[in-house]
Amino acid sequence: MVQFKKWQLFLVILFSLFAIIFSLPNFFSKEILKKLPSFIPSNQIVLGLDLQGGSYLLIEVDTESVISENFESFSDNLRLSLRKNKIPYSKFNIKNNNIFFNIKNENKKDELSKILSKYSQDITFEYVDDKLIKIFFNNQKIKSIQDTSVSQSIEVVRRRVDEYGTKEPSIQRQGKKRILLELPGITDPERLKKLLGKTAKLTFQIIDDDLSWNDLKSGKSKPGTIIYESDTELDPSGSPILYAVKKRNTISGDLLINAFPTLDTSSPVVSFEFNNKGGRKFGKITSENIGKRLAIILDKKIISSPNIREPITGGKGIITGQFTFQEATDLAMLLRAGALPAPLNIIEERTVGPSLGADSIKSGKFASILGFVLIITFMFLIYGIFGIFANIALFFNLLILLAILTSIKATLTLPGIAGIVLTIGMAVDANVLIFERIKEEIKHGLSPIATIDTGYREAFKTIIDANITTLIAAIMLFGLGSGPVKGFAVTLSIGILTSMFTAIMFTRILILIWLKKTSPERINL
Amino acid sequence: MPILRIIKSETNINFMRIKKLTLFISSILFFLSLSLVFIKGLNLGIDFTGGSLIEVRFKENIDLNNLRMKMNKLDLGEIQLQTIGNGNDIVIKVQDKKNNENTQSETIQIIKNSLSGESVEYRRAEFVGPKVGGELVNAGIIAVIFSLIGILIYIWIRFQWNFAIGAIIALVHDVILTLGFFSVLQLEFNLATVAAVLTIAGYSINDTVVIYDRIRDTMRKYKQITFDKVINISLNGTLSRTLTTSLTTLLALIALYTFGGIVISSFIIALIWGVLIGTYSSVYVASPILTYLKQDNRQIKDGN
Repeated sequence: MVQFKKWQLFLVILFSLFAIIFSLPNFFSKEILKKLPSFIPSNQIVLGLDLQGGSYLLIEVDTESVISENFESFSDNLRLSLRKNKIPYSKFNIKNNNIFFNIKNENKKDELSKILSKYSQDITFEYVDDKLIKIFFNNQKIKSIQDTSVSQSIEVVRRRVDEYGTKEPSIQRQGKKRILLELPGITDPERLKKLLGKTAKLTFQIIDDDLSWNDLKSGKSKPGTIIYESDTELDPSGSPILYAVKKRNTISGDLLINAFPTLDTSSPVVSFEFNNKGGRKFGKITSENIGKRLAIILDKKIISSPNIREPITGGKGIITGQFTFQEATDLAMLLRAGALPAPLNIIEERTVGPSLGADSIKSGKFASILGFVLIITFMFLIYGIFGIFANIALFFNLLILLAILTSIKATLTLPGIAGIVLTIGMAVDANVLIFERIKEEIKHGLSPIATIDTGYREAFKTIIDANITTLIAAIMLFGLGSGPVKGFAVTLSIGILTSMFTAIMFTRILILIWLKKTSPERINL
Repeated sequence: MPILRIIKSETNINFMRIKKLTLFISSILFFLSLSLVFIKGLNLGIDFTGGSLIEVRFKENIDLNNLRMKMNKLDLGEIQLQTIGNGNDIVIKVQDKKNNENTQSETIQIIKNSLSGESVEYRRAEFVGPKVGGELVNAGIIAVIFSLIGILIYIWIRFQWNFAIGAIIALVHDVILTLGFFSVLQLEFNLATVAAVLTIAGYSINDTVVIYDRIRDTMRKYKQITFDKVINISLNGTLSRTLTTSLTTLLALIALYTFGGIVISSFIIALIWGVLIGTYSSVYVASPILTYLKQDNRQIKDGN
């Protein structure tokens, strides 16, 4: 019973070696690590954005707007099929992504069901009464729209972030419709935020001149056209000029293969190039509409409306507008990266500048070392030689903790450092429990070996109970989600486990070896 | 022989003599804290309210009143200015106006633009949308409730129901008193503080379980003595450990508070308070409360 088993010693040595090997790279600079041969572990702990400086952006994809868009195009199609199949209907209206209409002839219900069955994967329908039917997208369809728009958005965000020139960005989906963007080193994300805030949906459409802007202003409209505001031209009263553009013959920006900023008679413009298909379509439409005006529409605003003087067949062109060179550069970049399927909203942002990050590392390091020194001094003063054993265990505890955090690639945040320091404080608790038990056993006048043995045994179950309850609270912290707090929870939980291990195994073996070597008559504690 | 003694090796303090007094004081503090939280409220950070925050370091001395006037002119909503560190670091906090979700993320840019003439360095910038703020409140409350339930179940299994209830009463006592502490001093209550509250819960329960463990042992050893005596023996037996662990933890926390920087200071204050109140409550709340809960010695389970 006094002996520790061979495998225990083996385990302790194994863990110590692991701890030393995997924590060591953290104490050297990156330059030195690069020179080492590759078989030596050289991974360092990953610093959180709050320590290395950078930006954390939580973005919500406005999937509602995509769902509405999809639904509107579905309802257009449905109306067409109803007419084509001669099914008379009335009071067709759309409310909150539900289509309602009355079927005039109840004998046509079968035929209607047949048409609707073509869409059966996407929609559900029900009769509100004998005539009134309600049609809406089923959950599966809504989820699939959400999924595709979020994953497309992630793709576009990734391209835009890459074009912007960020090193090692992390882009992850979070929850149903959110994107988490972590950008190390970006300490002024304002321009990037502006770029991400643009949908960059570009279309080329022909302007319909039949209605003057006065007509349009008074609310007149013409079937087959859609009304947009001009981004640059104002009417005498100061409000933007309206244009009606034809829905037919729309060329969309996804047919572009290249765009770059350039100068046209000394004003900045964006030069673009279509792919083959786009080039042919552009040539055809321009040659059919000579003398008319072409609207270039970006995010529902007309940014320029040049006259078509001749067919443009080369598949190349320029977009003029009242750009600064920076704006032209950004627009070209957005066009290259492609349009977002839905608008994005930034709903959370946390940016830490490089100086604060460096300060935090410095103060975190200092506080950890100071806390460690205070505690080992205190432990030595209270427990003497036993305190030294506990301190050796504490030192290895820290190394093991650091090694585990490094090898599981956990991110170290400032609250994480606080978690480590708190672990130092609480880690000695297991040893304190054991030593206090031993103290009590000394009073019973057993032999030193029996005293220590009983002390360990008695304290063991208390240690387990006490630490598991703390662990429960630490694990619940994961539920809090946000990065820094998670970092704290990780270090605290691993710290609890490693401290139990080192307190029970390390100090025990150290004490037993010491007992063997010195064979004291009695224990002073 | 060790150099320092926290307490002399044989103590025989009659803790239970003042149990009525301490339970009385604790319940007064408890209800005082509760009413403070409801009446005065907590100084919620932008994590929970939504809003923007910028920490700016001015290269030259700055006139705070001037800056305040300048910020108020921007008409962004309620603005708070706070000096930290050596006086040249200013935290600008904006409680965004309600119902303009889309423009809120621009607040940071607007403030930066208004300071573009000064020689400044931006230390950090945070923006939390109102929706996210609400979600974080929920996540925080859920995390606290689930850890309480988890701990309750564990102690119920390992001990028996009255121990579980005693531990939870002590735990809720600590959490509420911590909230009261934050309300009285109007310290900022943010996501990190919730993490601190959970850690306090963990620490406090740790302390309580160690004492309960001893109470269980003592009950088994001495079947003929009163329960008050059982608790006194157990508290005296664990006193040295209770104080030593509190002291080591406090040493670490004080080091962090003094040198850990402003970002985590309210987090550390919460932890320091929690260690003090957690230690007190294990001795003077969790233990005496057991004497009022129904006791059946034959049901004591073996913990091994």
